[in-house]
Amino acid sequence: MTAVDLRVAQRPNAPLTTYRYDEYDAAFVRQRVAEFREQVRRRLSGALTEEEFRPFRLMNGLYLQLHAYMLRVAIPYGTLTARQMRQLADIADKWDKGYGHFTTRQNLQYNWPKLVDTPDILEALADVEMHAIQTSGNCIRNVTADHFAGVAVDEIEDPRPTAEFLRQWSSLHPEFSFLPRKFKMAVTGAAHDRAAILVHDIGLRIVRNDDGEIGYQVVVGGGLGRSPFVGKVVGEFVPRHDLLAFLEAIMRVYNRFGRRDNKYKARIKILVHEKGIDEIRAAVENEFAAMDRSVFAHDPNEFERIAGFFAPPPYETLPRDSQLLRAAKLGTPAFANFVDVNVSAHKIPGYAIVTVSLKPIGGVPGDATSDQMRVLADASERFGFGELRVSHEQNIILPHVKQDDLLALWRMLDAAGLATANAGLVSDIISCPGLDYCSLATARSIPIAQAISKRFADMSRQRRIGKLGIKISGCINACGHHHVGAIGILGLEKKGQESYQITLGGDPTFSASIGEILGPGVTAEQTPDVIEHLVDFYLAEREEGEAFIDTWRRLGHARFKDVLRREGEDGADI
Amino acid sequence: MAAFKHPQILIASNLTDGEVVFLGPSGWERHHRRARIARNAEEAAALEASGKRDISANRVVDVYLADVEIGGDGVPTPLHYRERMRVKGPSVRLDLGKQAMTGGAP
Repeated sequence: MTAVDLRVAQRPNAPLTTYRYDEYDAAFVRQRVAEFREQVRRRLSGALTEEEFRPFRLMNGLYLQLHAYMLRVAIPYGTLTARQMRQLADIADKWDKGYGHFTTRQNLQYNWPKLVDTPDILEALADVEMHAIQTSGNCIRNVTADHFAGVAVDEIEDPRPTAEFLRQWSSLHPEFSFLPRKFKMAVTGAAHDRAAILVHDIGLRIVRNDDGEIGYQVVVGGGLGRSPFVGKVVGEFVPRHDLLAFLEAIMRVYNRFGRRDNKYKARIKILVHEKGIDEIRAAVENEFAAMDRSVFAHDPNEFERIAGFFAPPPYETLPRDSQLLRAAKLGTPAFANFVDVNVSAHKIPGYAIVTVSLKPIGGVPGDATSDQMRVLADASERFGFGELRVSHEQNIILPHVKQDDLLALWRMLDAAGLATANAGLVSDIISCPGLDYCSLATARSIPIAQAISKRFADMSRQRRIGKLGIKISGCINACGHHHVGAIGILGLEKKGQESYQITLGGDPTFSASIGEILGPGVTAEQTPDVIEHLVDFYLAEREEGEAFIDTWRRLGHARFKDVLRREGEDGADI
Repeated sequence: MAAFKHPQILIASNLTDGEVVFLGPSGWERHHRRARIARNAEEAAALEASGKRDISANRVVDVYLADVEIGGDGVPTPLHYRERMRVKGPSVRLDLGKQAMTGGAP
C-alpha cells in the first residue's frame, strides 16, 4: 500500500477548489479498502458464501450485472479534480475496458471489473481521495448538487459545503446504515433547479429569509421509480444551525415508520404519501423537539473550514464580455454554435461555464473513453483551474473557463470528439445503461437514445427545436429519470418483446411534474417516429419562445394523444 | 416443479471475474455453443444440481436455467432476449463481450 501514487502526483500549484481529505478521512478510506480486500480474500477462499459476501460488496459499490461485475464510484456532489479524472482514466485502462459511464447520480460506473481486481481498484481510488462507499445498499447514497455550484449567476450560496457536511454526517452513520431502502439527497443554492431536488428522498434548497439569514427549504418524499412522486415541503425555513438535527429527525421518523415488509413500498416517498405530509411534518417536529440536539449543534467554524475548501479560484479581473470571443464566433460558425448552446453565463466577469456533452450523435449517453477523460483533465488544467463537474444529465462541466480561452478549448474538445453542441437539446438524452448492461433492466435504453439522436442529427434542426429533455429508462426503477422528461421513455417487456411506453409533461425543476402516459407501448423501431411526430406537432403549435413542456401544458395532454392517433389512422404505423 | 416446455441450458456468472458462463459437458464454458442441453425435466434437474454444487464450491454465482431453441447446427439459442444479450454482450458495443471474440457471430 502506498500513501501517495507517484503516477498522479499532485500539481503543487493546483488551487484548492474542492474538499481535501484530512488524516481521518484518508485513514478511514484506506481502512475500508483493507477490510474489503480481506472480505474478497475470504469470499474467494470459500470462507464467505455469496449470500454472506453480497452485502459487503454492495456496501463497496460492487454489483454483479448482466455480463460482468460493475463498480460504481462515488463522485461527491459531482465534483472532480483533474488528478482524479486522470486516475479514473488510468483505472479504466488498467482494470476495465478503457471507458467509464457517468451516471444520473453524478457517479461513474466501470462495466467490466473483475472481483479479484476490485481491492486494487479501490486502493487506486483512495490514492486520489475517492471511494465507492455507499454507492449501493439501503443507506444514504452519494449526495448530489447543482453542477453549476459556486459559479452560477442565479445562486444564493454554493451548495457544496452543505453537501460535504451531509456527506460527512451520513457516511457510515450507525443509525442509518440499514434503512428500509436506499436514500438519496440533493442540494441546490440557485433560483433555478439543476439538481432535480424535488424528486429526491430529501431535497434541500438554500434560501434566504426576510431577515437575510441563510437557511434551507427542506423537501421530503420525492422520487421516481415504480411510484413517482414530487416531494413536499416539510420545513419551509430550517436555519443552518438546525439543519443536521432536522435531517436526523426526518431519518429517525423514516427509520421507525418506513415499511420493511415490502421493498416496493419501503422508500420514504411511500411513507409520506400514505401518512400525508402534515402527519410526517408533525412526527419530524416532535422528534426534533424531543431529541438531544447538542450532538448536532452547528459549528460555524467547522462549516467555514469546509467552505474554505470550495473557495473561488484566483480569477483574473476581466471585462464582462470578451472581444476575442466575439471575433472568434464571427469567424468560426461551428464554434459560435457551440458557445450559443453549451456555454453558460458565469458569475465572474470574463468567465464562462462550459458543458462538455457526452452525447455525440449516435453515441452512448454518458460514456467517455479513457483518452477523452485525459483530454478533459488536461483541458480543465489548461483552461479551468483543474476542476470538473459531472452533471446528472451525464455531461461534464468545466466551471471556470475564461471567455478568451473558449476557442482554444473548443478546438481541443473537438479534436477529441467532445464538442457536440447539443447541451439541453433534443439529442442531449439522459439514458440509463438499460438491458445492454443492467441485470434489472427489462429493455434496452441506449439504442433508443442512439436512434433518436440520429433522427435529429441535423444540428440546425435541433437548435430550431430548442431545449427539450428526453429521458429514457430501461426499467421501472427509472435511473434514466423518464418520469421527469418533457418526453419520457420507459422500456418494458411486453409478450416477450421490448416495448416502449412514452410519457409527456415531466419536469425535474422547481415546477416539477410527473409525465403522463401517452398511450400503449410502441416497438423500438417505432419509437423515433413517435418522438418525431410529437416534436413536429410541438413546432407547429408552439407560441413564440415556448418550450415543449409549456406547449404541452397549454394545449393539454389530449391534444398530443390526438395527433398520434390521427397519424396512426393515416397509416404512419404508430 | 414447473412443466418442462423447452430445452434448457444452465447459465451462471464466474465468481472471480463475473463473466457469463454455461455449464458444459465437463465444466463451465465461456461460450454457449458448448453448453450442455437439458431436453427433459430430469436432465434440467441434473444441470441445476451441478450448478448448486459449484455454487458451494465457490466457482460460480447467480445460476439459473434458461429456455433455448436448438438450431440446425445443434447450437442452443436462448428464447428470451435478456439471455440472448448475455450470450453475446452489449448490443451497443460489438467490440465487447463474447461477441468480440466471435466476430459478432452468435
